[in-house]
Amino acid sequence: MFEHYLSIFITTVFIENIALSVFLGMCTFIAISKKIDAAFGLGVAVIVVCLITVPLNNLIYNSILKEGALAWAGLPNVNLEFVGLISYIGVIAAAVQILEMFLDRFVPALYNALGVFLPLITVNCAILGASLFMIEKDLKFGESVVYGLGAGVGWAMAIVVLAGIREKLKYSDIPDGLQGLGVTFLIVGLMSFGFMSFGGISL
Amino acid sequence: MKVKQYKEVLTKPLLEENPITLQILGICSALAVTSNLSVTLVMCVALTSVVSFSNLFISIIRNYIPSSVRIIVQMTIIASLVIVVDELLKAYDYETSKKLSVFVGLIITNCIVMGRAEAFAMKEKPFISFLDGLGNGLGYSVILIAVAIVRELFGAGTLMGFEILPLVSNGGWYPANNLLLLPPSSFILIGLMIWGIRAYKTDQIEPNEYKLSSHKTAPDLSKRELNV
Repeated sequence: MFEHYLSIFITTVFIENIALSVFLGMCTFIAISKKIDAAFGLGVAVIVVCLITVPLNNLIYNSILKEGALAWAGLPNVNLEFVGLISYIGVIAAAVQILEMFLDRFVPALYNALGVFLPLITVNCAILGASLFMIEKDLKFGESVVYGLGAGVGWAMAIVVLAGIREKLKYSDIPDGLQGLGVTFLIVGLMSFGFMSFGGISL
Repeated sequence: MKVKQYKEVLTKPLLEENPITLQILGICSALAVTSNLSVTLVMCVALTSVVSFSNLFISIIRNYIPSSVRIIVQMTIIASLVIVVDELLKAYDYETSKKLSVFVGLIITNCIVMGRAEAFAMKEKPFISFLDGLGNGLGYSVILIAVAIVRELFGAGTLMGFEILPLVSNGGWYPANNLLLLPPSSFILIGLMIWGIRAYKTDQIEPNEYKLSSHKTAPDLSKRELNV
């Protein structure tokens, strides 16, 4: 049992890394990776939000939206999958808002550290993408918790690594047109080629 | 005057203020769906229609949205439009919809849509917002199509599934560059494209934080010290 969860975790962190293998959350990935501390803060926020929203969406999908899931309410033929997208994004937006208020009230230190990044996360496609992949893979509740954690950790790791490279890169002599955005794209491309080498591993 | 403004809103995002290469918006899907031109075209049409109509609808009700809940309102409108597109695609082109998998759903969080709603549609009149959405959608499409053409032509020797460069494996002369079919290559292509655009539009170049000082020989240095 434990091995099964561990293999899901390792697979999501390395083999199917949500940033470098399926390319989600790229906008913030490239925009907020200039400094390591900012990247780390955003990474932690993504881990927390992923860990909350993926299992939550799993519950909603399995007990309300899925075909035949409303049998307990006497409606065995109802299939609500078409409102899936709007419910997932609603859950994510609400969860982020509640998390923000909760942190503000009870953990102000963390709130101050994450403050600016939390609202940004609603529109981070890594979060919605993790939920959508969870539905596509048809995971059970326990697996979805591990998947959410793995997706968040993988994304956070990737952005911290990129920020580290970009901090060093400030001191190098880059051609004018490639400065900033251009060279970042090239680096992410190379990093992602590196991550492809995990591709052959099966657990 | 009006017509000129409309034209400007429509054409500026194509090259000068391109959403992908300058504003860094909506990159995720640019990378994952570009290995095949026909899939890319479907994605471009889907995104362009969502961004233009979301701009139109948000702009129509812009004066009735309280600013504290505007993100949720925008999200609801965008998500509903994406559901419509997703269902249409499933009904009429199931094959492509399978290939695009989660990326149609991810148009909701595509930053171009949110970004334009927030930056343009909340302030401007409906028609011009619609044009702005259309322009940005086309700007996105231009980059995606360019990347897809390079990847499919040189990666598989085909365009839209038709053979252009006969492959060695089929008795032709062109050895396929399989590297281009792998998703990371689109990062490198977009990176090079940014370089190209900035070589032409030099005002887009980002300043270097730490300028390297030019090489100085010893006598030069001593001369400067003397002058000081």
